[in-house]
Amino acid sequence: MGYEFDFSAISENIGLLLHGAGLTIGLTAIAATVGMALSIGGAAAALWGPGWLRRIVGVYVELIRNTPFIVQLFFIFFGLPSLGVKLTAFEAAALAMTINLTAYGIEIVRAGIEAVPPGQREAGFALGIAPISTFIYIVLPQAIAVVYPALVSQIVITMLESAVVSQVAVTDLTHAADLIQSRTYRAFETYFAVTLIYLGMALLMRWLFNRAGRQLFAGKR
Amino acid sequence: MIFSLSRRASLGCGLALAASFLVGAMEPARADALDDITKAGVIKVGIFEDFPPFASLNASMKIEGYDTEVADKLAAALGVKVELVGITGQNRIPFLTEGKVDLLLSIGYSDERAQVVDYTDAYAPYYIAVMGPKDVDVKDAAGLSGKTIAVNRGTLEDTEVTKVAPADADIQRYSDYSGVISAFLSGQAQLMVVGNDVGATILAQNPAIEPVEKFLLLTSPSQMAVKKGETRLNAALNTALVAMKADGELNDLAVKWLKQPLVEGF
Repeated sequence: MGYEFDFSAISENIGLLLHGAGLTIGLTAIAATVGMALSIGGAAAALWGPGWLRRIVGVYVELIRNTPFIVQLFFIFFGLPSLGVKLTAFEAAALAMTINLTAYGIEIVRAGIEAVPPGQREAGFALGIAPISTFIYIVLPQAIAVVYPALVSQIVITMLESAVVSQVAVTDLTHAADLIQSRTYRAFETYFAVTLIYLGMALLMRWLFNRAGRQLFAGKR
Repeated sequence: MIFSLSRRASLGCGLALAASFLVGAMEPARADALDDITKAGVIKVGIFEDFPPFASLNASMKIEGYDTEVADKLAAALGVKVELVGITGQNRIPFLTEGKVDLLLSIGYSDERAQVVDYTDAYAPYYIAVMGPKDVDVKDAAGLSGKTIAVNRGTLEDTEVTKVAPADADIQRYSDYSGVISAFLSGQAQLMVVGNDVGATILAQNPAIEPVEKFLLLTSPSQMAVKKGETRLNAALNTALVAMKADGELNDLAVKWLKQPLVEGF
């Protein structure tokens, strides 16, 4: 092997990588926050909404879960301008990630709600608690507690899959890596470093979410 | 160079020997290429098969473009027929040095290559330009300030525009030309930086937003190459080129294929 490793390409461009990592985390935070809220609403609509709303949620979930993420992203970024909807690369990426996460999130939350014994809901009604309050304070905490690990996984997957948003020139972590690689031709060093950064971010996210989960759902499982 | 090419060269010699054995005629080892071409009545021209608008397969699977028409006209000037030989970026220099082709088109100048081939005069413009719609007013690098510019990441276009663009220019780096072109045509980027080959390919599609050249970043005209030492062939080709430039034939080809007239004094 005549290759000499030289990590100066990484140390010189650490600012680019940190900026990229920050953007990846920012996009994931937006997608996770908005996506979770929509997932809970979507799951409730899928279970108890009027027929037309249930059909819309069903079509949405199937459409997004059965098409590639990169195609959804290209459609939003390159396709929608033809209809007069022009989003910046960052907005398009955040929207695509949110839409994608929501589709999976709806199915996960729905499974969680179905896992809560019907007696819990009926007890809420019997005590005269309004249906919306029954859902928010009785059913939902138990439902989320059951599917919490699956939700965390889905958020981490969304973060990792966000690497493709570099294709629409969002300057995320992968974009920074590709840029450094094309400038320095240090492919091994660059992708090695970026692999470690993604791994570190994913493990840190899981650890934080699991810690938060233990606090939030103590005694609910 | 001879040593590093020895395996290819010996393979080439073997093939050439077999071929000459088949046709039953041993050529003199050091014949003049121009004489050979005139005697055979055919000039073998090495040409890319996938390099629009210079040369690419058309709908009827025939190679056509700026280069093929130049080759036709050069052959006509020499009074011979043209035989197009498909080449790749990797094999074209060995093809020339081993005599599988007499002439290479679309070859940029480099000192390394000049060691093994002889260059003719420039026959085709090649340059990198900042392109944008008519109504976007940009005349120079300073005008890129505050603009969104699409480039193909890591290419010469990327490095050149990065060098000259002001700090507040938003350079969007895509991973391929289709990303650059899509970003420009969908209006996601106001400007793009591409070579005149890509620019002409876009213009040939009659896009909704017609890109216009704003200013040039780098010019490196394409030349032709003949085998090292074939000075008579080189001179004959240059004479033909001068004639094509003088009577406007080359300019017609440039307008037809490259969608831009040749610059003054080309």
